[in-house]
Amino acid sequence: MGEFQVHRVRFFAYVPAGVRCLAHCARSARLALARTDGALEVYNFAANYFQEKRIPGHETRSTEALCWAAGDRLFGAGLSGDISEYDLEKLRVKYSLDAFGGPIWSMAADPSGTQLAVGCEDGSVKLFQVLPGKIQFERSLDRQRGRVLSLSWHPSGTRIAAGSIDVLRVFDVPSGRTIQRMLVDRRLQGPRSCECVVWSVAFLSDGTIASADSAGKVQFWDSEKGTLLETHPVSSSAALSLAVSEEEDSIVVGTSQGAVYQFQRLPVRWGGADSRWVRTKPFQHHTHDVRAVAHSQTALISGGLDAQLVIRPLMERMHGKGYDAALRKFTFPHRCLVSCAKKAGLLLFQFPQHLELWRLGATTAAGKDGDILPVSRAPEHLLQLKSKGPEHICSSCISPCGSWIAYSTASRLHLHRVRWENSSCSIKRVCKVPKWLCSAHQLLCSADSTRLFVASDQGTVHVLKLLEPGGCKHLQTLRPNSGGSEAVYLLAASADGDWLAAAGGDWKIHIYSLRSFKPRCTVPAYSCAVTALAIHPATNNLVIAHSDQQVFEFSIPDREYTAWSRKVQRQGLHKDWLERDTPITHITFNPKQPAHILLHDTYMFCILDKSLPLPDDATPLMNQTTLKQLSEKARRGHAHAFKICKKYQPLLFVDLLEEGCLVVVERPLMDIKTQLPPPVQQKKFGT
Amino acid sequence: MVAHQPLRVVRCGGSKLSGARAAFSADAKYLLCTSGDYVKVYSTATEECVHILQGHTNLVTGIQLNPQNHMQLYSCSLDGTIKLWDFTDGILIKTFVVGYKLFALYMLADSEGSVFIIIPKKNEDASDSFQLVSVKLPKTPDQEVEAKDLSLILDDIGRSPKCTAFGREGEYVASVRGLHLLVHFFKKKKTNRFPLSGTSRKGANNYFTCVACHPKEDCIASGHKDGKIRLWRNFNHKREYTFSTLHWHHDVVMDVAFSVEGNSLLSGGVESVLVQWRDGSDCKKEFLPRLGSTIEHISVSPDGTFYCTSHTDNKITIVHSNLRVSAVIQGLVKGSDVKTGLVVDPRTKALVLNGKPGHLQFYCLQTDKQLYNLDIVQQEYIHQVGLHQTELVKAAFNTQGSWLATVEQREDKEIELELQMKLWNYDEQTQSFTLNTRINMPHEAHITALCFRDTDELEDATPTLVTAGKDGRFKVWMLVNDSAEKPSMSWSCGFVGSYHNYPANSCCFSEDGSLLAVSFEETVTVWDSDTWDLKCTFCHPPGKIRNLCFGRLSCSKYLLGTTDNGFLCCWNLLSCALEWSTQLNVIVLQPDPLSENIAAVSQLLDHSDLFVFKPNEPRPFCIQRNVCRERVQWAVFIPRDVPESVGSEKHQWLNRSQLYMLTETQDLLTFSTKSPEERLTPSSKQLAVEESLPVTPFYLLLGKHRRQQQSKENAELGTAVIQSQLPQDSPEIKELLHTPAHVLPSASFLCSIFINSLLISKENKSSGDVVDEVEMDSEKAEDESDEDVELSEMEQDTNPTEFLGEIAPKLSKAQEKELRKIRRMDYSWVAAL
Repeated sequence: MGEFQVHRVRFFAYVPAGVRCLAHCARSARLALARTDGALEVYNFAANYFQEKRIPGHETRSTEALCWAAGDRLFGAGLSGDISEYDLEKLRVKYSLDAFGGPIWSMAADPSGTQLAVGCEDGSVKLFQVLPGKIQFERSLDRQRGRVLSLSWHPSGTRIAAGSIDVLRVFDVPSGRTIQRMLVDRRLQGPRSCECVVWSVAFLSDGTIASADSAGKVQFWDSEKGTLLETHPVSSSAALSLAVSEEEDSIVVGTSQGAVYQFQRLPVRWGGADSRWVRTKPFQHHTHDVRAVAHSQTALISGGLDAQLVIRPLMERMHGKGYDAALRKFTFPHRCLVSCAKKAGLLLFQFPQHLELWRLGATTAAGKDGDILPVSRAPEHLLQLKSKGPEHICSSCISPCGSWIAYSTASRLHLHRVRWENSSCSIKRVCKVPKWLCSAHQLLCSADSTRLFVASDQGTVHVLKLLEPGGCKHLQTLRPNSGGSEAVYLLAASADGDWLAAAGGDWKIHIYSLRSFKPRCTVPAYSCAVTALAIHPATNNLVIAHSDQQVFEFSIPDREYTAWSRKVQRQGLHKDWLERDTPITHITFNPKQPAHILLHDTYMFCILDKSLPLPDDATPLMNQTTLKQLSEKARRGHAHAFKICKKYQPLLFVDLLEEGCLVVVERPLMDIKTQLPPPVQQKKFGT
Repeated sequence: MVAHQPLRVVRCGGSKLSGARAAFSADAKYLLCTSGDYVKVYSTATEECVHILQGHTNLVTGIQLNPQNHMQLYSCSLDGTIKLWDFTDGILIKTFVVGYKLFALYMLADSEGSVFIIIPKKNEDASDSFQLVSVKLPKTPDQEVEAKDLSLILDDIGRSPKCTAFGREGEYVASVRGLHLLVHFFKKKKTNRFPLSGTSRKGANNYFTCVACHPKEDCIASGHKDGKIRLWRNFNHKREYTFSTLHWHHDVVMDVAFSVEGNSLLSGGVESVLVQWRDGSDCKKEFLPRLGSTIEHISVSPDGTFYCTSHTDNKITIVHSNLRVSAVIQGLVKGSDVKTGLVVDPRTKALVLNGKPGHLQFYCLQTDKQLYNLDIVQQEYIHQVGLHQTELVKAAFNTQGSWLATVEQREDKEIELELQMKLWNYDEQTQSFTLNTRINMPHEAHITALCFRDTDELEDATPTLVTAGKDGRFKVWMLVNDSAEKPSMSWSCGFVGSYHNYPANSCCFSEDGSLLAVSFEETVTVWDSDTWDLKCTFCHPPGKIRNLCFGRLSCSKYLLGTTDNGFLCCWNLLSCALEWSTQLNVIVLQPDPLSENIAAVSQLLDHSDLFVFKPNEPRPFCIQRNVCRERVQWAVFIPRDVPESVGSEKHQWLNRSQLYMLTETQDLLTFSTKSPEERLTPSSKQLAVEESLPVTPFYLLLGKHRRQQQSKENAELGTAVIQSQLPQDSPEIKELLHTPAHVLPSASFLCSIFINSLLISKENKSSGDVVDEVEMDSEKAEDESDEDVELSEMEQDTNPTEFLGEIAPKLSKAQEKELRKIRRMDYSWVAAL
């Protein structure tokens, strides 16, 4: 595998924001997720649950509700009182419209997807019409007292159930009148004044309403008669969220103790008509409030304030034990938040509101394999760069020499020149960044630190020339031939400065020549999202990792897949490799070993040795420990191309520095947990 | 009475009441439970045993009310028969011989004439797999019918009756074994198998322990080893089945049961807490805690008013459906290791042994009832695996029963041995034992034996107790007045003796209390109890002394000892020489307090033999081979209330006291010369007499008093002395009216007795006095010597003849028996006159 001196970095104090709401779209197999910091993410279930799109957050925009309407249009509403539609191609908010009802707590699209109902702070439920390219206020339903915290449409589209404080109401949509008003019991223990908040409702086609409330109970109501049918206490604290499956035979409920419960509608007797809701399975995957749940065809999806997205498949609906039948947990974004100045030994960490620049530590000692070397110079926090304005940072980069830092928010690109005087550094903002370069989804510096590549939301890449002592000039704009419009989110430049590869949201990879600033070619289309790109410094081969865990090598000079890549496709990759949980987020190379490709995902770091044979499914993929025990000769016989190291987990970033040191950035889950507020106190038996 | 009836070994002392699920009668007035080979019928209101249904020849494994006729009961037994009883009258109606060992019995309301039973697969003892079969019960008028029409339902299931349950309206049957739930549907003739994973990350133990089916819905509840209860639904689908989990128990769920309507689920386990789950919800549960010991079975009355829980300590608790205990039926507490051995309380003649943890139980063998529990350790018992509790290890009474000495110990690997000796004084006022002295660490090591010095009441000797310990010492404790002002008495150590620092094994006082024998390893030392001088030593190398006892009465000059290398030795104390010895691996050596007889139980390979002998002749006069298969742990002679005349010369030793033995499996055994039919306990019969429920024993007592008072008043008024003895008061009439008709002799024969009972005896009053006096005499005689026994017996035999006057000479032998029964009845009313 080769030996490296490893910088094991654990000072990246990244805390992902909690999950606030979820919206699952069965038709496109996509899940939209809003975090408490206002960021929006879209996961594509068909592409191995890859986090396909990400719209950065905003200080003032806190999303309280998300819904898909009119096909694939995604709407969000929040406490700012605005309804916004998201542009998933350009990865930004398309427009916002004030609902004029104060903060919006809930939003639901009618079954046909042509109307949106929003529940406001002032107690009104407002209907908006979804028109092509915009939404339009239609009318308000009867205004009542108390904020409307949850909404659900009857599948016929004629009724709306609205959960408020201490009360649950049913509206008739054509007339706009309240036709039922059902009082929800407060908690029996404790102070009477503690009001009961109906956090979530679901209107079923047979007229039953399911509600989850802050007293910790799930209740079923008859909407015709306005009576309570069943009560299921599920938690000693609040039940926060509720979602129904499409067949209406299963309900998932999230509670503030981190437990998720499944309710199933089961026949009381076989063949009998009457059925009842039974609480069947509890799942405890979260430590904190489960603020959002969703029910897909085959899985329960839950997101909590502990920033985890959990996809728990229902075994009885799965056919066999496949890739989809495994429990999945997502905590970290599927992209790099770290950039590394290889020559200077600096790391730039990207936080939602600021950047941190660290100098790696150093050691003078030497040791053998497995030793922990003493640090002679401690890692140093050089500077913290706070972004201005309410918008969150969407991308950042540091030049390899460490003298330029660029970052971008949703509306502006910022460039800074870092000056080094002995050991201290100072920073100066470059003012003359062209204003029209409004936003960048990805930033990249060329290897010689003279050019900055800015991936824009138009599918184009702008090339800026970095000028000493602190300035920049727009050189060219690279446009693809076909004129694709989806935002570019991955860039890779060759070491010699001749080539640039760019991957966009339509999964096409364009290769541009940086000498002529012309498109060179496109990589043959592949039906899966690209998760990482890199160009080999010696051979100029483009290595591409896809979300279905395939790895391709494309020769830019020859404009075709390399022989090794064809061999890989012919033989197929190892079964265990294909069934990994997380996508590869970064690729790098070892200049001393041209045949090596260094890849990593969240749970492993792998050196792919192209000179060795590929393993078949019979041989174990993880064989480093067994190889170590073998003799030199036997080792050669057993070695295969994948050399996997799982020592460092969970990995956010791996890169190779100039002098052959490996930088490994870890973020232990325990460290994140300690940053979170304390969970609901639960008595554990035996303690 | 047949003269040469062979001596039989009989189980007694209330066999395990919790062997199978108990059943309620349809009106919940009676509780039916299995008890060894019998089925007992208890009244739920009074806790009294109303009937004992006898007839099975092996353990009864299951009982079930006849769904067609709820006055009838089916029972099945390991003897391979199913019996149908009329339990209100205690009559056996029918016997169906199946021919297999039957482990469980199930009946369905609509399956006319067929029952479901669990039998071993190949009808072998060793067979580990069992099957559920249905049997057609043929409809013939015969008393005994063969039922051989078996059809297999489920194969390879669990043996326990708790592991199989029938679902709503008999549509399906669920059975659990290991990690599998099997559900068989009768209509579709299909079986679904639902496995659970054996191992899990969280340390769950998914093994099934019990199962129950919802009476109205399609829902199965199963209990698991790790304390979980799973409610299975949708199990008619092979894939889309689902279950919800209820978890409160921290250890094995022993049994689950649904209430009659299925609204609530009951569960119990080692926590000895009955949990009621409402609507199958985890949040709505109610508890009935502190039930004493592990709940083994739960059953529900058909009318829904009562639940009942059977416990490992041989107890049945009847619980009202609002979770309030309404009655407790307590048998002989079994379960914990009996370390105290069998002790007789001289005052009540009750058997005393370890009961509940830390308690001493007083058990009356005559009425087969527990008298009371004495809390010795006085600490809360906490059930926890690996927790070492303080155990009660020794108990002894003095001859009058006024002093009780107990030793408790707590042993842990890490902590040093904790010993405590407590001395209890019997308080006449409170009628209970009160703690007098507590001695911490009476010895440095385990106490191996303790005994009181036998003193006669007349003699004014200080009560003396001797303890022998493994620390090589024996200590003499005496009751002394410790404070000058107040007459408070307490125990303190009077003498410490040792012999070459060998550990002391056992100790024993001679009958008159003048000599003390203490054995140290291989040596027996004899000490003078007045001066505490070492008188002589006996030795029988190379074996260590195991038991030691003095001969009694005419044989009091002999000292007997057994060694662990298999010798029984008898030393003559006058000549200080070995009188005789024999090679016999004696485990238990027990002298009869009322005669010279000594019983020795020996263990040979896999069975135990009993020898009864007198020390003066080495030849035993009674040898009973193969008493039982298990090892006999303890034995004791209990004096009979009334001497029994045993016909056979060989069994004379059973006349005045009865030998009880306790085996390793906690079975209490005794000997009987009577045929099984004759062993009907008279006391239980008498209770069946009382007309209407609820009649508590307390009411009986008060009612009698009231009647007596009435009769007294009547006598004073001088009106109708005849009324003082109303016809129904007479025991003969009672016997006549309340004995089941099928066991009564012919009416012509009873006529004379009936007529006689109506006559007023002239010397009624005087004869009553005579009876009283004679009885007192006989008691004294029993105490004094052996020679008087025959005399007193003769006197007693004359009693009934005197009482009944003229008809006596005409009586046949059977009548005599009848009369003897009558004689044993309550005569208190006579005394009150």
